[in-house]
Amino acid sequence: MSATLEKGVRVLKEVIDAPIASYFNSCVHCGLCAEACLFYTETGDPKYTPIHKLEPLRRVYEQEYTWLGRLAKAVGLAKPVTDAELHEWQELVYNSCTLCGRCSVVCPVGNDIVYMVRKLREGMSASGNAPDGIKGAANRTVTIGSPMGVKLPAVKAQMKHVEEDYGIPIPLDAEGAEYMVMLSSMEIINFPEYLGAIAKIMRQAGKTWTLCSTAFEATNAGMQIGNSDLARVIVSRIVDGAERLKVKCVISPECGHAYTALRWEGANLIGRPFTFQVKHIIEVLGEFQEQGLLKTEGMETDRLTFHDPCQLARRGGVIQQQRRLMKQIAADFVEMPDAGFMNWCCGGGGGASAIEEGEELRLEAFKKKKSQLEAVKPDRLVTACANCRIVLEEGLEHYQMDIPVIGLTETIAEHIPDSVDKEGA
Amino acid sequence: MNELQFLTWVRGPGLDAAVAIFLLGTVWRLIEIYGLGRKKDLAAPRLTPGASGWHTIVRRSVPPEGMFKQSPVTYVGGYVFHIGLAAIVFLFAPHIKLVEGLVGLSWPGLPSQIVDLVSVVTLAAMVVVLVDRIKRPVKRFLSGFEDWFTWAVTFLPVLTGWLAVQHLLLPYTTMLALHILSVEVLLVTLPFTKLFHAFTVFGSRWYNGTVNGHKGVPV
Ligand code: HEM
Ligand code: HEM
Ligand code: SF4
Ligand code: SF4
Repeated sequence: MSATLEKGVRVLKEVIDAPIASYFNSCVHCGLCAEACLFYTETGDPKYTPIHKLEPLRRVYEQEYTWLGRLAKAVGLAKPVTDAELHEWQELVYNSCTLCGRCSVVCPVGNDIVYMVRKLREGMSASGNAPDGIKGAANRTVTIGSPMGVKLPAVKAQMKHVEEDYGIPIPLDAEGAEYMVMLSSMEIINFPEYLGAIAKIMRQAGKTWTLCSTAFEATNAGMQIGNSDLARVIVSRIVDGAERLKVKCVISPECGHAYTALRWEGANLIGRPFTFQVKHIIEVLGEFQEQGLLKTEGMETDRLTFHDPCQLARRGGVIQQQRRLMKQIAADFVEMPDAGFMNWCCGGGGGASAIEEGEELRLEAFKKKKSQLEAVKPDRLVTACANCRIVLEEGLEHYQMDIPVIGLTETIAEHIPDSVDKEGA
Repeated sequence: MNELQFLTWVRGPGLDAAVAIFLLGTVWRLIEIYGLGRKKDLAAPRLTPGASGWHTIVRRSVPPEGMFKQSPVTYVGGYVFHIGLAAIVFLFAPHIKLVEGLVGLSWPGLPSQIVDLVSVVTLAAMVVVLVDRIKRPVKRFLSGFEDWFTWAVTFLPVLTGWLAVQHLLLPYTTMLALHILSVEVLLVTLPFTKLFHAFTVFGSRWYNGTVNGHKGVPV
């Protein structure tokens, strides 16, 4: 057994817990999870059946934690997990799984399959079998500070632009602010309107907020790759920043997995509860709307639909807010089939969009989104995740569908009247 | 060994041994599985009505939105044979008598003609899910020896019980002895194969509901 394989198997042994044992013992091989997974439905290839993606983990469980399995192993009847097998499984555990969690909500015996995929990635990563694309992003986040190599000067440059364009100051390292706003590299580079939108929204709501010079990047490729050590380093940076600035709440940007990493995994990674709250920007906007702090003017009149990022909705529990927000600014808001809790993934979540070799499969899987869109024929597509946005744009371009993709936060900010802005200033 | 001796054995020492293995095996496996425990979730919970392990235990019995039409055979066939099995095992008068003899508890059963009918329907439903398992690419891909074996082990008690009552194929005593033997095989197999889902479904649904319920998502 090679040293890396040994390490991988050891990590897999560590992550196996009672839920995983219960899940493996419950599976009746009914195949229903396949029907929930876009990589199966769009390719028809049974190897993409969600529970099959866990085969190496299942065998480690059986051989290490069951009496019969240990017996089989002792007499040489068990098939050990090998380097070659883990290598082969890379495609199943990363390229063809976006951690969307649809399988986990349909399994009749109640198996939380995505919970297990997340754990299997720990062993894959420890044994050196994570894809280079996500590995690179994770390493850049740890060493440089962001997956796309964005550093503080780039953020400052953008702050300056926004201050000039909107005439609103962007606070940096303001101690005691109510909100600390996080960004994703994607927003810093591709969607600068996001920061301007936040400035307008916060000013209208009369809330104090700040960016943090030591923690501006919210994305966490360490979590996607399945390396808890890297994920912990990245999360700690945010925790330190938030505690140093004594903020009440950290706002996760329009990025699905950044929210999962910070809101649900963060405290578990650092081993203690947070001293501040974590909210997705859509949750914050929902609260402002409820409290009457979000006043907009005019409506979008073309046909709009909303793509629910998996980590926000099904995996994060924010499902109704985006709909109420859409209704405030869209006169013709239509829902795609399966929208909301059961929405289909864009095909690029969970780090999949960073895997170059996975592109062909990703575009194949995109046919699901295509058919959802064809059912309602929107003029534009609204979402709340910068990664979904890029993946959707790529897919739409590939299938020559002319549907612009926009972010919900920016779209709302466009309806915040400037005059009110100035009065408030 | 003649027929009567065979019957005496399966009713006596055979049954005792099978029940013992079943009970000890079940307790052992439950400890082996749930004894692994899990870490406390340190993230601040989001409370949402309907999002809990207990809710999921109940809710997951109903096909989630859009799933029924993906595989009606699995759902209908699955429901019919599970309910059939439960009805036969717990509501057939001779079975109730057996329990009464063992632990002194008794309850009203179904008329035997109804049980006859339920048995035939159960057998038919099991054949249908077997055919589906052979024909559906995903099920077939997932299936190995254990899947075919556990199917047979579940099917045989129902078949032999019905044949015995109908006095078909073999003399009643022999068929009854075979019936009880097949039940013993089922009892011995259950804790160590996928049939153990009869116990772990509840744990699995509970964990899934609890882990996601912590995030305020009713699954
Ligand atoms: C106590 C409760 C039980 C529950 C809640 C339960 C639940 C389930 C579920 C949800 C499925 C998947 C649906 C399907 O494949 O059609 C299933 C399949 C199955 N169950 Fe159960 N089960 C229970 C007890 C049992 C028992 C006692 C047996 C056998 C003695 C059994 C035998 C099977 C078999 C053989 C399958 C696979 C069917 C196939 O080949 O597709 N189950 N069960
Ligand atoms: C230890 C357990 C069991 C014992 C001792 C037992 C015993 C019997 C006996 C004595 C009969 C025949 C009664 C008569 O001739 O009037 C019978 C019938 C039957 N048994 Fe069992 N049984 C057991 C468990 C099971 C199980 C687990 C199943 C199914 C999974 C089952 C299915 C049937 C069926 C389908 C019949 C025929 C019912 C009919 O068509 O009327 N039995 N059993
Ligand atoms: S849906 Fe659940 S029980 Fe069915 S094959 Fe998938 S994991 Fe196994
Ligand atoms: S989490 Fe989503 S992509 Fe991954 S196996 Fe499950 S359904 Fe498929």
